[in-house]
Amino acid sequence: MIEPGSIPAAAMGGGLIGLAAALMLALNGRVLGVSGIAAGMVAAGTPLSDRAFRGLFLVGVVLGGLAIGALFPQAMPGAITSNHLVLGVAGLVVGFGTRLGGGCTSGHGVCGLARLSTRSLVATGTFMVTGILTVFIIRHVLGGLP
Amino acid sequence: MRYLANLLLGVLFAIGLGISGMTQPAKVLGFLDVFGAWDPALMFVMGGAVVVNFVGFRLAVGRPHPLLAARFDLPTRRDLDWQLVTGAALFGVGWGLAGFCPGPALAALASGSADVMLFVAAMFVGFVLKDLLVRPAAPALPPAGAALGS
Repeated sequence: MIEPGSIPAAAMGGGLIGLAAALMLALNGRVLGVSGIAAGMVAAGTPLSDRAFRGLFLVGVVLGGLAIGALFPQAMPGAITSNHLVLGVAGLVVGFGTRLGGGCTSGHGVCGLARLSTRSLVATGTFMVTGILTVFIIRHVLGGLP
Repeated sequence: MRYLANLLLGVLFAIGLGISGMTQPAKVLGFLDVFGAWDPALMFVMGGAVVVNFVGFRLAVGRPHPLLAARFDLPTRRDLDWQLVTGAALFGVGWGLAGFCPGPALAALASGSADVMLFVAAMFVGFVLKDLLVRPAAPALPPAGAALGS
């Protein structure tokens, strides 16, 4: 049995993520960007049919999560902290930031880099750097999450 | 048919996220902790995903149209602007705080954790706040590009 998060599993899981993104393009002609798909659900003026189209993808993500959790409980440990202030702020800036920047790890990272998009390369480099800096400050300057 | 495809693509995507380790915030933060006990595993997630998608992307766009849609609908912007960089920078801060980006956070709802639900709820509030506070950058994104092409 493979161990989720090990290097072989990471490469295999990454391959499945890439396959899903490639099939999204081949079948539906769209880029697989989760923040964009999810944000469209709550954006003003999204047509009902489009909401259903997006919603089904998101339902699929949760169903896939349930399947993984059943097979590999260790792959679904929940959140890193129970500090609601930290989780709330983190969720807020992830939501706001991904919309302002027009994408997240899937849209800019997986899809944008495969499309050789300069915007996505800049975005991916930027969120990697600020992610690394944030972890550095939390772990090595502040000594851990409150 | 395309609706069913979208559902199944979501399942496939989440299975990939779960196997890869992206739904484990401790793994994600270990990967971002390059100045500490760095865990390189998640580098292989992005590597595997980009390689497969790079090939798949080229095979797909070589066709006259997608199998289940009339046309391809891809991002067209090439300019770099403050919104792209500021948004990505903010996203990275949130990613480094909680170890969740949007896809894995949604998949992790399956854990049933109220903490994950709080993160996801706050993320949706963030989506709405952006629309309320910031006008789209000019040139405006085409509607489908703004919505899905990101």
